Order: sequence, then structure tokens, then C-alpha cells
Amino acid sequence: MSYKTFTFEIDKDGIALMTIDLPGQSMNVWNQDLIKDYIKAVDEFCTNDDIKGMVITSGKSSGFLAGADLRMLGTMPEDASAKDIFDENFKLQTAIRKMETTGKTAKELTKGLAHGKPVACALNGLALGGGMELALACHYRVVTDGKFQMGQPEVQVGLIPGAGGTQRTLRLAGVQNALQICSLGKPMDAKTALSQGLIHEIAPAGDLVANAKAWVKANPKSNAPWDKKGFRIPGGSGAMDPRVVPIFAGSAAMAQGATRHNYPAVQRILSAIYEGSIVPIDTGLRIESKYFTQCLMEPQARNMIRTLFVNKQAAEKGADRPKSVGKIELKKIGVLGAGMMGAGIAYVTARAGMDVVLLDRDVEAAEKGKAYSVKLNEKGISRGKLTKEKSDAMLAKIKTTADYNDLKDVDLIIEAVFEDPGVKKDVIEKTEAVIGKNVVFASNTSTIPITNLAKNSSRPDQFIGIHFFSPVDKMPLVEIIPGDASGDLPLAAALDYVGKIKKTPIVVSDTRGFYCNSVVMPYLNEAMLMVKEGINPALIDNVALDMGMPVGPLALGDETSQELGLRIMRSAQQELGDKYQPSGLEDFLEHWVETLGRKGRKAGGGFYEYPEGGKKHLWKDLAKHVPLAKDQPSAEEVKDRLMFIQLAAVAKCFDNKIVHDPQSADLGAIFGWGFAPWTGGPISHIDTMGVENFVAKADALAQQYGERFAPPAGFRDRAGKKFYQAA
Amino acid sequence: MAEAYIFDAVRTPRGKGKPDGSLHEISPVQLGAQVLNAIVERNNITDENGPDDAIFGCVMPVGEQGSNITRTAVLMSNLPETTAGVHVNRFCASALEATNMAAAKVMTGEADLTLAGGIESMSRVPMGSDGGAMVTDPDVIFKNYIVPQGISADIIATKYGITRDDADTYAVESHKRAIRSWDRGDFNNQIIPVKDVIGLTVLERDETLRPKADMQSMGGLGPAFLGLGEMMPGFDKVALQKYPELEKIEHIHTAGNSSGIVDGAAAILIGSKEAGEKLGIKPRARIRAMASCGSEPTIMLTGPEFVTEKVLARSGMTKSDIDLWELNEAFASVVLRYMQAMDIDHSEINVNGGAIAMGHPMGATGAMILGTALGEMERNNKETGLVTLCIGGGMGTATVIERV
Repeated sequence: MSYKTFTFEIDKDGIALMTIDLPGQSMNVWNQDLIKDYIKAVDEFCTNDDIKGMVITSGKSSGFLAGADLRMLGTMPEDASAKDIFDENFKLQTAIRKMETTGKTAKELTKGLAHGKPVACALNGLALGGGMELALACHYRVVTDGKFQMGQPEVQVGLIPGAGGTQRTLRLAGVQNALQICSLGKPMDAKTALSQGLIHEIAPAGDLVANAKAWVKANPKSNAPWDKKGFRIPGGSGAMDPRVVPIFAGSAAMAQGATRHNYPAVQRILSAIYEGSIVPIDTGLRIESKYFTQCLMEPQARNMIRTLFVNKQAAEKGADRPKSVGKIELKKIGVLGAGMMGAGIAYVTARAGMDVVLLDRDVEAAEKGKAYSVKLNEKGISRGKLTKEKSDAMLAKIKTTADYNDLKDVDLIIEAVFEDPGVKKDVIEKTEAVIGKNVVFASNTSTIPITNLAKNSSRPDQFIGIHFFSPVDKMPLVEIIPGDASGDLPLAAALDYVGKIKKTPIVVSDTRGFYCNSVVMPYLNEAMLMVKEGINPALIDNVALDMGMPVGPLALGDETSQELGLRIMRSAQQELGDKYQPSGLEDFLEHWVETLGRKGRKAGGGFYEYPEGGKKHLWKDLAKHVPLAKDQPSAEEVKDRLMFIQLAAVAKCFDNKIVHDPQSADLGAIFGWGFAPWTGGPISHIDTMGVENFVAKADALAQQYGERFAPPAGFRDRAGKKFYQAA
Repeated sequence: MAEAYIFDAVRTPRGKGKPDGSLHEISPVQLGAQVLNAIVERNNITDENGPDDAIFGCVMPVGEQGSNITRTAVLMSNLPETTAGVHVNRFCASALEATNMAAAKVMTGEADLTLAGGIESMSRVPMGSDGGAMVTDPDVIFKNYIVPQGISADIIATKYGITRDDADTYAVESHKRAIRSWDRGDFNNQIIPVKDVIGLTVLERDETLRPKADMQSMGGLGPAFLGLGEMMPGFDKVALQKYPELEKIEHIHTAGNSSGIVDGAAAILIGSKEAGEKLGIKPRARIRAMASCGSEPTIMLTGPEFVTEKVLARSGMTKSDIDLWELNEAFASVVLRYMQAMDIDHSEINVNGGAIAMGHPMGATGAMILGTALGEMERNNKETGLVTLCIGGGMGTATVIERV
């Protein structure tokens, strides 16, 4: 028989060699073609008596098999029934089990009435998700001593392993290891896999297939361990074994702590392992497939896959990059201003292998900025993540200077000087006087419109905004802001640069606060308004955490500092004059910062106190100055306000074209301010609840709390429509 | 409906529930058989007039407490083989539930004479031995935000403003009261010393009493649930998701202000008036009302408040009809919150001390404290007593008794 996705050759010993090699793909994945071929091949393996055993390997140098083609999951019709999804999934589950047993029943095998043909796999590189699952169903696993990774990362996109991963890791590595492998989703190296009993042998890449064949030849009768009499799960199993009862109790608590009930897949993984530790493998596989089906019946996995995987990759590959501009060589970057932002930009740039000219008023100031990279590298060295040599090489790439002439051969300028139009003007002029004709000037301003700044430039068509978030080394998102005069060149350069530093770019409009801050500000204000109303601050921050935000809005306000909040508010008042829209916080914020002296974390504390060496806690005197209301709202009411203030602000940005597409709105939200990743982003979340339901709820909240919750007109017109067409 | 009367109530002393405890060498079946034998002897029970059924609580009904420990204990006692046996598990209120069920059998006419009680050898069948979906099945744990009892007790303390000092003060008083009652001989009628196979007495007084308990010694104890709550595995994060209005959980409970882990058994003889007359024994009290309820399972231990309201309402009584209150001292905060919610003065509740001083043999405690309350009512001529316990999984069980 011939196959499209692998070669299938039977040698003189009767050992079949299945070499998976998906045509036209750089990496093997489980897609419909491979599944179809595999099912056929398993039938051939079981029924052809000339085949005495089998070895599975990959024809790709990139590795063995990287899991399921996530795009395939998106092709499942939205109205697919539970049974349809289950049957579809169980087809592969069954075929893999059939390979493992050569089609014999567990009863026949365990009673010694039949035996299976040996199956080994030769893993020449990464085996993730369905790749690891296929490998675990082989009786013998030999793994390259080169680059290798094994893992079950399904959980990261809201899924559970669906091809036996929970059941076979459990039976090979025990309850504790299985829980960690499947619920954290982190890959492991060959040594770890060997120590956990997940593989049998590590060998040089060239020997893999030969060693696997030798094992097959030496073991003509072979069953999986769980198809042998007397099999026990290593380390204990079930609901009564004192060795594992505390593990189940503890892991459920830890998982709830980590996921706050926002990721049902995690509970299902725990359940599949727990129940699987009580029942035999065949029942366990059915149970796993049912929990897998549950995941696919809900929108979460679809939303997460779309934003966190498909759209993120597309953005990072430069989906918004103008095709008219060829690839721009970026070898040397001029970073202007060595303050907190400039220092961070210099760090991520040098880390990405580019040379940096870090310029400030004097060399001492520039050196201070470079010291930030020194500090981060020292931390990396102490944690064993970086060698001294690599650190030295990286630091050597950062040249500190106060001399504009040092900028003459840079390929891109990123300006991060003080947010003062006068200072910026001076810097722009001095820089443009020395840099090359085609070099793009990018400003990291967060408050001044790019179009205004570009007026200081002699070549406004080469001017653009690249807005980083603080701390630059940690925050994964970058906003790119073309000004009115910006051409294609600066956009291409900015996207090429962001690609090199491996961050996620979104392109947004030139407006006050751009996209992310236009949402974060009202969100932080809403939390502060609630405090002003006398709502228990613990409730506010806890509810935000439970919603899936990485940090509560009051704690976040402390980080960004209420002092800065007050300054921004005043400058907006000044700038907008009569057009200024009061937030209702004007007096509160002034009193808070100026009378009570609660300026933020760096200035001694805000809503929280930060004891030296201790955990932060709410300011003890808070209730003295802002008394708690007698009637407290329910957690649900607080949650609605915190969620819908963000959704409404995102909707306005979308309606006003500050952000241009659902993909950017979702990516910016999750990676810019940590919007609950389980939703797939705010627009995905609105799609999931239905835009008409969003509008109705937002209207109700607007009536109760104020116009700031009102949905924009464009959303009212979209009832029944989805922002994302079925993927 | 017939009336159900209490004729007798006995218990073993409570032995420290560890391998070095005095009752560790006595099997749980023997603990049960010895209290049953005391009932037989004290109430003229013969092969011809044995109870119809025995209902015993046991919270860890596995291993040597498994496969119906009650029937096993009946068979090993001097009761006639015609007395049946059944085991019930209402967690900490098992023996009180057993009492209510035994009374119900009499009231409905299913039985004339019944035994209630409980057995728990916590040293030989430790807590957690039975596993159970409630603490192992992720589906159950996630849906209900299950945390261990100690964390629940700390949630109560945090939510209702009960401090470490309040709890320690309460605990010191529990020891004082228990020791005073022992010294006065208040428990003499209830206590059945435990004997070994060669007839020697191995325990005649509760083993966990601490005459030197004071605020200083209490204050020196570390919080028992801090590690579980804040570090591994971090149950506080689960608790705070259910109670987001709390900034953090205050871990005020220690080994000193929580109930002790002990071994012991108890039995109560319940029957109709006629059954007592046949045996020639006098009823000591009537079961006036009974109830159980479910409550929020994460905070778990606030059920007594709600079941008290329920049992009073169902029997047409009010708080002022109750002369004596007995609430199991599972944790200090449980009793302190109950006193706060019900507005009960400490002088009216747990007047002979409780499980903080004397221990909490889970499956038997309900019958033990019912017997304690009955003795107190007799000594001080009180008419009505209400006995209740907090329960795992979020429940409450209560019984109102009335002297006759």
C-alpha cells in the first residue's frame, strides 16, 4: 500500500519502517491526511502476517512530530454535535490503541492468550502533543542525543491531550509527573524523560532507527506495560492510596490557584488522570476523549488558538508589513535617551544581536542606562541562564556616548528622551543632521501625538512611533504608530525591528494614549471610582485577579503611580479645555496624591503598603479616609464593571479605528495590559457572548453607572454578526 | 407518633490519637463492644429483650473500621445476636445523626429499643484513610472550592473578626472547664474506663487535658494551617476565590485552639416508654426535635447556626426555650462565630469544656457531647438542651433534648 504522508517499507526481517514526512511542510503534524494514512497503515500492520514489527520515525530534520495541526481544530463545524466530535477524536485514539495491541483485546493480552507485534519509535527531535502521544503508544522509544523535546502543551491553548497523553504518561511516569507534564504543558529534555520512564534509550542520531529495529527484532512478542498481568501505576493510584490522595488534593488546589477557574481544560486534565488512575487503559482513553470533546464544544480553545497561536504568529511574521518595501538590514540601532525606557530598549536590542549606540546628555548618563543591561545579565548568569562570555559579548554591543556623530552609521533611530516637546525637537534635529538619508526615526513617546512630533522632522515620511511598555525587557507587546505623514518605509522598518527583538507588534492610530493606554486608563479609573464609592478594595483587586487579570487594578495603579495619573489628568484638562470629559475622580485623585500623599509604589505606597522584605498589603488607614460603604456589591457586580469598562473602551477604539482589526485589538489587550488570556481577547470575548448581548449589558451598565460604559454605534449595528468569521 | 426517650448515655475516656496514646493498643471493635457492654449491664438487657438495632457513627469506615463496624461491635459485645447494626457517616456529627436516626426508628414504630453512638480510633485508622471523591476528585474539588477544615475555620475567623487571642482565650477556658468537671466528678456516670484483654484498665480519664494551659503556652504554638494555606499547595487562593471580600486569610488556629485527635467510643440507649418499662429503667430525657441542613461547603463549618434556626423553627421553639447549649469545639472559631451569630454567652455553652480540651473522636463525638449535656442538665436542673456539631462538606446536625 502507498501513503501520502509517510513511507512504509518492510525490510528483510519483516520490520516495517514508517517514516513520517508530510509533503510541503517543514514540520510533521497530525492533520487529516496523516490521520487517514495512519489508520490505513495500522490496519496493514495488524493484518499483514509478513510484518513482524514496526519502527516509526520522521523524515524531517526539524524533529519527529509537533502535535496536532491547530488549524485543523478550527475546521470543526460550529454546530458539530458532541457525538460527532467524540467520534472524530476517538478514531485516532482507537487507531493508536490498535497499533499498541496489534488489534488484540486487553483481556487476551493480559491473560497471555495473545501477544502483540513489537512497535518502536526512533525520535530524531521534538515530539510534542500528538507526537509524544504516538511515541508513548510504541513499546520502545529511542531518542536522539541531539536536540530533543517531549511534552504535552495542549493545555496552553485550552485543550487537553486527546490521543492518550494523559493515560500513558500516567501509566509510565506516575500520577505526580503526569499531572505536571499535562497540566503545565512544559516540554522536557531527554534526560528528564528517561528518568521518568517515558523513554528507554538515548542514542546518537545516526543509530536511532538501527537501535529501534534491533529492539524490535529482539522482542518478537511485545505488549505495552499496561497490557501485562499485574501492571501497577508507579507511585500509587486511585482515590484511597495514601501516596497519591494528597497529590490529587494538592494539585487541585494549586491548579485552582493558578487558573482561578478560568481554564476548564486544566480541571479536565486532572480529572482524566485521576479517573484514569482508577480504571483500565481502554476506559481511561474513552474518558480522556470525552474531556477532550468537552473542550472542543466550548469556544475557549478556539479563541485561544486563534489569538495566542495563529494571529500572534501572523503579527510576528509581519502581517501588517507593506510589501512594497524590501527587507531592511538592521545591524546597528541608535537609542536616544538612557532613562528607564531607553535602557530597556538598548537591552532588548543588544540581546537580539544588534549593535546599539546608546546616547544621552553625557556619557555618565548613558553608562547608567547600560548598567541596566549589566544588572539583568548578572541576574541571568546567577540563574545559570547566561554564560559570562555571552554576557560580555552582548554588553560589548552597547556603545555609550554623548556624541551625535556616533549615530552616523546606524540603521534605525529609537528615541526615548524626556516627554517634553522642546527636548524632543532638539534631539530630532541633532539626530537627523547626522544619520543616513534613508534611516527611519522612531519615537517611543507615549503621550505626544506622532504627527505633532513629525513636524520637527525634515523627513516626516520616515518618522514613526514605536511604543514600548515598561519594563521593556518583560513586556511582550509593541505598538507601532504611523503619523499622518508616515510612509511605508518606517512601518516596514519598525516591523522588521520588532520581529528581530521577538516581540509582538500591533499597528495602531495616532491618538492620545494610542490603543492600550486608551483602555487601561478608564479601567484603572473605574477601580478608583469604586474605592471612592466605598467599595471594599480587597474585593476589587481579588475580583480582577479571578477574572484572569495578572494583577489587580489598584495594585497596577500603584505601579503606574497615582502621581502620574494626576499629572496626565491635569495635562488633559489643560489641553482639551472645554472638551475635557470629567472622570469623576478629579477631586479624589488630587486629595489622594496631594493631601494623603499616596503617590504610588515607588513614592512610598498607594492603595497598598510595601513593607521592606514583606508582602504588600492594603493601606491600613484607607478606610479611615475613604470609609467602606455599608452595602457592598456582589463580586459579580464588581466583575461586570471591571470587565465591561475594558470591553467598552476597546469597542470605542475599534469603532474609532484607533485599532484596525479584531486581531490587533485582541493581541494588544492580552500582551499589552494582560487582558484575561482565556477569552482570546476582548473582541473574541464579545463574539463569544454575542455582540447584541454585549450591547445590552453595556447599555444596562451605562444606565446604572454612567455613559462611559455605553457601547459605540458601530457595535449596535452589528447585532447577530461576528467579528471573526468562523476560522 | 411515639416519643423517643433517652435511657442511658456512656462513653469511653478519650485517648490521645497517636501511637503513644493509651487506647492505641485497643482495637476499634473493642472500644465499641465495651461501651455496648456497659449499656447491657446498666440497663438489664438480656438475650430476650435486646435492642432492635444499633446505629453507630464512624467517619473512617475502612480497614478495621470497615465493613459495618457497628454490626461487628454488636457481635463482639454481650448484646444478643438479634440486635442488628448499621454504620452511618455524617462526618463529625455521625454519632448525633445516629442518635436522630435511632430516635426516628422509635418514633415511627419501626423499633422499640435502639442503640446510637459511634466509634473512632483515629490512632489506628487515621483521617484520610478512606480517600473519597470530596478530597480527591478534581471535578468535585473544583466545583465546590474544597479546602481542608482548618482553612475553613480560619476563613470563619477572618470573615467574622475572630482573633488569635479570642481563640486562645476560648481554648484555655475549655481546658479549665473540662478539668473542673472531671475533678468534680461530673462525668462519673458517663465514663466507662477502657480495659485490655487481660482485664487491666488502660484509660479512665481523658488523656489530652492540659492543666497548665494558659495564654502563654497557647500563644507559643505556631499556626497549624499557614503552610497549607499560603505555601503548599496554597489553599488560601481557593478560599479567596470564594470569599473575594477578604484581603487574605488570617491563620489563627493552632493545635491548641483546635480539637484534639483522639480515640474513643460512645453509646446511647433510646427507646419508647414501654420499652423502658419492660426493662425496668427510667427515661432520662425525651428527644424533642432533630434536624440536619446543608450549608456553604468552602467555609464549611457554619452549619450549626443554620441548623439551630431550622430545628427551633421546626419544633416551634425559640432561643429562649433552650437552657443549655452544646456545640462541638471542632475549632475555636466555630464556637465563637456561633456565639456571635446566635448571641449566646459563653456561660451558657459548652459549660463542661469540649473537644479542644478532651478531643474529638470524629465518629463518636456527637453521642459523647449529648451525654455531657444530659448530665449537666440533670445536675443543674435544666430543662432543655440543644446539641449540635459543624460538619465537613458544609452541613449541620442538631438535636434538642428535654428532661422528663
